[in-house]
Amino acid sequence: MSFAEQLPIVFSSLNTGFLQTLRLFLITLLGAIPLGMLLAVAEMSRLKPLRALIKTVVWAVRGSPLMIQLLIIFYFPGLVFKNPLWGSGEAGRFTAAAVAFVINYACYFCEIFRGGIQSVPVGQEEAGLVLGMKPAQIFFRVKLLQVIKAILPPISNEIITLIKDTSLARIIALQEIIWAGQSFMKGSQGISGAIWPLFFTGFYYLVFTGILTICFAKLEKKLSYFR
Amino acid sequence: MPILKVQKLRKSFGQTLVLDDISFSMEKGTALSIIGSSGSGKTTLLRCLNFLEQPDAGIIRVNDKTLLDAPLDRPSDFQRDIRLKRLHFGLVFQSFNLFPQYTALENVMLAEKLLAREKPGWRDQKAARVRKIEEHAKDLLADMGLQDRMNNYPHQLSGGQCQRVAIARALALDPDILCFDEPTSALDPELTGEVLRVIRGLAERNTTMIIVTHEMSFARDVADYVIFMDEGKICEEGTPAEVFGSPKQERTRQFLSRYAD
Repeated sequence: MSFAEQLPIVFSSLNTGFLQTLRLFLITLLGAIPLGMLLAVAEMSRLKPLRALIKTVVWAVRGSPLMIQLLIIFYFPGLVFKNPLWGSGEAGRFTAAAVAFVINYACYFCEIFRGGIQSVPVGQEEAGLVLGMKPAQIFFRVKLLQVIKAILPPISNEIITLIKDTSLARIIALQEIIWAGQSFMKGSQGISGAIWPLFFTGFYYLVFTGILTICFAKLEKKLSYFR
Repeated sequence: MPILKVQKLRKSFGQTLVLDDISFSMEKGTALSIIGSSGSGKTTLLRCLNFLEQPDAGIIRVNDKTLLDAPLDRPSDFQRDIRLKRLHFGLVFQSFNLFPQYTALENVMLAEKLLAREKPGWRDQKAARVRKIEEHAKDLLADMGLQDRMNNYPHQLSGGQCQRVAIARALALDPDILCFDEPTSALDPELTGEVLRVIRGLAERNTTMIIVTHEMSFARDVADYVIFMDEGKICEEGTPAEVFGSPKQERTRQFLSRYAD
């Protein structure tokens, strides 16, 4: 097969893989951001046992490789409870991967959110209080934008890491873009021993992280009108 | 009838007694200056008056209305109607605490606008009321000499300008008693003058004020009454002429001599 004949086959395969990568990326963000907020609120609660619990969970999740978490979440129900919770197909693998990613990234986001909220000087809250503002008004009208400004750089960092981390789901055979590119090394659709598709996968990541970087730079600029 | 009456106010942080049976009262339209070294309890007293700290014991009455009568039966009693109690007082902070994402004008308008939403008829007369609040805020800023700075953000203003915005913001809610917590301590020496001038102007218009300050000559000029605090107690009090001119306590003399030059 000539290179010109291989190209459309490879691209169609990589596109399908990238779609899966993108889905995992978006679902992780959609789940991890609200869950991270919830965890951050819990971590700042007045209940000491709750704080300790969250701190332990965050430590365990951030302290161990995401790859282990993927393997455990995917295989544990089937191997230990003889209950293959996720099913065996691609959809089951995707669900398991999404659960692992949401939990993992929620813990990172939790720490970023907490840090951001605590970075707002206490004087802001006190100024709101002496002006007769309600706690919710102080949070939404005074603190929130300052928190968003403070967490934007670490959040953009985390989100760019996430897009690349999705490739770890390959360990449970999720058919994301690396899986698609690698398949042409072993042999797939009449193409084998080809490493160049793998270079193209790198190109997909570069373009996507490039777009994200531009978006975040724009957002940061939008919030640069105050200090 | 005094506008403010404080009786036997007591507050400790852990083992440290910060306010030890503080009692004083002040008349409407007068300026009270509180002086004393750092750690003497001046700031804590202002914070208690503004309900940012919960006193362990004591009574706070404004216009003959009891706002606080501690110790309280239940801890939640301190929180009840706390927003309304706070509105009797205004507080200007040492570090301004302006809201950085709002312009000078928005800083002054924000709280008044939020309070206006709770009043009946807000929905029907929203535009008219917001216009009125904006007029009010602009007048206050103009009074502070900031008519050209209304649309600037805090980081575009000097420290002295920030503090004047903060004073306008506190005045916007028309508090019974305006408190200043070392309003010039965070400023470069050449910027303190403009803030002191503004406070002096307020005193001339008989604004009821409590001023915690280290500017002794300013306290002497502006205040109708002076309290010298030491180690959580009122050590000496009287007119500026009495406290600065002929202090009775050895501790007061010691303190004032350090500021003599």
